[in-house]
Amino acid sequence: MSPFVHIVPTGVANVASVVAALRRLGATVDVAADAATVRRAEHVVLPGVGAFGAAAAAIDANGLRQALCERVEAGRPTLAICLGLQLLAAASDESPGVAGLGVVPATARRFPAGVRVPQLGWNTVVPAPGSPLPAGVAYFANSYRLEAVPAGWHGLVSDHGGPFVAAFARDGVLACQFHPELSGAYGAGLLRRWLAGAEVV
Amino acid sequence: MPFPRLVPCLDCRDGRVVKGVQFRGLRDAGDPAQLAARYAAAGADEIVLLDVAATVAGRGHAAATVAAVRAVLPIPLTVGGGVRTVDDAARLLDAGADKVAVNSAALARPELLGELAARFGAQCVVIAIDAARSEGDVYEALSHAGGARTGRDAIAWARAAVEAGAGEVLLTSVDRDGTGAGYDLALLRAVAASVTAPVVASGGARGAADLAAAFAAGADAALLASALHDGAWTVDGLKEALSGMGVEVRR
Repeated sequence: MSPFVHIVPTGVANVASVVAALRRLGATVDVAADAATVRRAEHVVLPGVGAFGAAAAAIDANGLRQALCERVEAGRPTLAICLGLQLLAAASDESPGVAGLGVVPATARRFPAGVRVPQLGWNTVVPAPGSPLPAGVAYFANSYRLEAVPAGWHGLVSDHGGPFVAAFARDGVLACQFHPELSGAYGAGLLRRWLAGAEVV
Repeated sequence: MPFPRLVPCLDCRDGRVVKGVQFRGLRDAGDPAQLAARYAAAGADEIVLLDVAATVAGRGHAAATVAAVRAVLPIPLTVGGGVRTVDDAARLLDAGADKVAVNSAALARPELLGELAARFGAQCVVIAIDAARSEGDVYEALSHAGGARTGRDAIAWARAAVEAGAGEVLLTSVDRDGTGAGYDLALLRAVAASVTAPVVASGGARGAADLAAAFAAGADAALLASALHDGAWTVDGLKEALSGMGVEVRR
């Protein structure tokens, strides 16, 4: 049976690329606009493009905050991409005063001066010490990032004016600062693992 | 730091890829989805799809072409041509673009860049600039696919566009486009030093040495069209040559 994936509508996200990538891997894709669906769904994607404040407001407008937090804390198959990863944090410099989901106690900060912002391009990602996540080269499109892998999570790190968090994962949860749907064979491999099993790591 | 990107550009008209010299004399160069997939398999880092006729003819890009390319493409896709409004951009993003390039409409109304960035984020917004050398190192931004003068300094426009909300500059030398005479490095240096956003060099590439020179001049990516469409080079061949020259690229 093909995996069934529900995408959370954050209102501002362009989801065509992630839908296309999941379909290439044989998944059926739909939108999860209500909390019951987010709780029940086999796989959930928290996508990826737009501003932190607008996306957090869209999650609250649909009443999805608690259901998303519960999924992630329970380790159920959930994929957060780019802004989606940042939404798992407590806050972001992009939208001061707006509460993220707060699943990880971190704040997304803007890249430092002296490097190209936004970061647009393919960057090397390497596993943090002890992490079983695979090394590779992944495509990023971001101006903000987390500076350290949250305690208790496996991580991937990259570098753009200093080290930053490329991904963190635990059980069935995979949060990527890069875009696995745009990261060629490397990204497709991560998506395939996430779709195939309850546990990414 | 991200690797410098090699970005095949597909200039499209009526759902077909076309290529001309200095924006004139367009001829057929293939099917967009087929070409995009082939370039991705050969190691392309991104694909740019430009509807060269859209602004000239006053009609929008065919979303169907974007969707067909998206369905087969596992790397980023930038789309431009005839984007005048936030709704135009939304249609292209919904069809599967990851970034939207604007040119003539932003020259006519620079606020469009801020509106696009507010809705989609700066990382989605590319300012495409067609620059023509007027005298010395002074460059003028042209509009309407190189067909209309604006009197605006191209380097100042790049800086203003990024400040207004653009997250990337796609910088085409109209003088070099399709000639194989190499990128206009003076233009590239001036713009790369003037903006914080990434800069994509376009117009004039013939081989790996041109790409290496563009990256050394500050380009974050290099656009390729005729050098690939004519079969003179493949993307993996260029990357191999760049590696041999000591330029690190994604392999």
